[in-house]
Amino acid sequence: MSLKQRLVPYWLLGPGLLWLVVFFVVPMYFMGELALRSGSLTTGYTFDWAWSNFPDSLSGHTEQIVRSFFYAGAATLLALLIAYPLAYAIAFRAGRFKLLLLFAVIAPFFTTYLIRTIAWKTILSDSSPVVSVLQTLSLIPPDGRVLATSGAVIAGLTYNFLPFMVLPLYANLERLDLRLVEAAKDLYSSSRQAFLRVTLPLTMPGIVAGVLLTFIPAFGDYINAQILGGTQQAMVGNVIQSLYLNQRNYPEAAALSFLMMALILAVVTVYIRFAGTGAFMGDEDEETA
Amino acid sequence: MASQSRAWAWLRRNALPIYAVLAVAYMLIPIVVIAVFSFGATPKGKLTFGLDHGFTTEYWSSAFSLPELNEALLTSLRLAAIATAISTVIGTLMAIALVRHRFRGRRLTNLLIVIPMATPEVVIGASLLSMFIYYTFALGFGTLLIAHVMFSISFVVVVVRSRLIGFDRHLEEAAADLGATPFATFRTVTLPLLAPGIVAAALLAFSLSIDDFVISNFNSGTTVTFPLYVYGVSLRGVPVQVNVLATMLFALLAIAVSLVLWQQRRAERMAAVRPEPATTLAPTSA
Repeated sequence: MSLKQRLVPYWLLGPGLLWLVVFFVVPMYFMGELALRSGSLTTGYTFDWAWSNFPDSLSGHTEQIVRSFFYAGAATLLALLIAYPLAYAIAFRAGRFKLLLLFAVIAPFFTTYLIRTIAWKTILSDSSPVVSVLQTLSLIPPDGRVLATSGAVIAGLTYNFLPFMVLPLYANLERLDLRLVEAAKDLYSSSRQAFLRVTLPLTMPGIVAGVLLTFIPAFGDYINAQILGGTQQAMVGNVIQSLYLNQRNYPEAAALSFLMMALILAVVTVYIRFAGTGAFMGDEDEETA
Repeated sequence: MASQSRAWAWLRRNALPIYAVLAVAYMLIPIVVIAVFSFGATPKGKLTFGLDHGFTTEYWSSAFSLPELNEALLTSLRLAAIATAISTVIGTLMAIALVRHRFRGRRLTNLLIVIPMATPEVVIGASLLSMFIYYTFALGFGTLLIAHVMFSISFVVVVVRSRLIGFDRHLEEAAADLGATPFATFRTVTLPLLAPGIVAAALLAFSLSIDDFVISNFNSGTTVTFPLYVYGVSLRGVPVQVNVLATMLFALLAIAVSLVLWQQRRAERMAAVRPEPATTLAPTSA
């Protein structure tokens, strides 16, 4: 192969790689740099290796960090429980309605995320039928609210990130060789055993991909907490947003944001080491990194 | 008794499809709510989300009567169009390189494409803002464009790539055998076959861009996009026209996506009619 031919892929990749490096990788460096500055908004922030910003940003917001783990974890679990049977039904029982159901799963993306969440706010508002049904069923106290509770935020997160759970699960289930399940049944396993010992292990990659794709954005989200929650439901995202844009305490905001990125990078790297980039790229044959 | 047990058996057999319909209905609830309340009459023209005042088409006929909203929507459409054009071209080229070529740095490239998709929006927004602050870069349409192209690229690559993987390379070989130059082959064979994938990727990029709030909120300066406008007014009351425009936007995107899906399905059906490519005659390592 001539040198010219060997350079072809780099020419094709060039513009995209350049864009991603300059506007994704390099900004991470500047966020790190900003995180090591100290000073105040009035005097300006100067770079002086202020490592203490990192522990400070954590200790100042432990409450919101713990809450983010809890909310995102609960929403991810709920999304998995809702999405698995749905993905299974779409993959094996939908027949000619398969495309229509998949279309419905991505339909929420065609309306603005913010407006969808505001719609949920009204569905769950104090005078809504949903709340009175919950009150009648004594699931919440007679004068109880749904808005401005942890439940509302978790429900919002679950709803908004559900497609990210359904799609990788569906992609994985669709590839499942049903003959393996039949073989298990031929060998006298019950439906339950066949599911637990054949289907579930074989769809584990889809589950893990779905969990990551749901948990990560849910963990960083602040729209749901802001619109559906009250002051007691703030998450890390709310803190970062408010520190950056309202208080303009850039170093602390950058430190917190940087730590979040480091955590997620660690989780994703470990995942990719074991499972490759296939689940994210939508094909299983991709080599592991 | 017997009919009851039969009903029970039917229910058990169809539990999964019934569940699927319910789950999908749940996913569509807010969309229906948005559309229904775009017809709700309210005394002050702000959303009240009660239907006690009855229905009206007033806000549909005055959909474009709020100058600020119009401007925000136009900004969003312009931004999404430009960002989609740039990210679709750039991403398609990357996808071609990843599927068609073996080269050093492949894994690193894959990683660089995957990680932005797995990064919370707040981190992407915050890190870009950090860089813009460092260079005292003026925030506005330009910084929004930079950000929107950045977060769309990865998704474009993923969509186009999946289309390229199932690609019949015999057609390109045939074109080359018939004397087409590599560029002519690309233009007349590769690109048309790849078109549905590229269109799907462009649609995805467009809806990501027009929907984005978090990253835009960090990097917009005084420029107002449609989601930023909604956020701004959400505190003092959302004009009903917002619902009208959101419903219009939903309908447009839904129609566009159904057309793409329909076209893709038709192409697959037509491909199924053709005889299998004679792979036995020319055992190439695909």
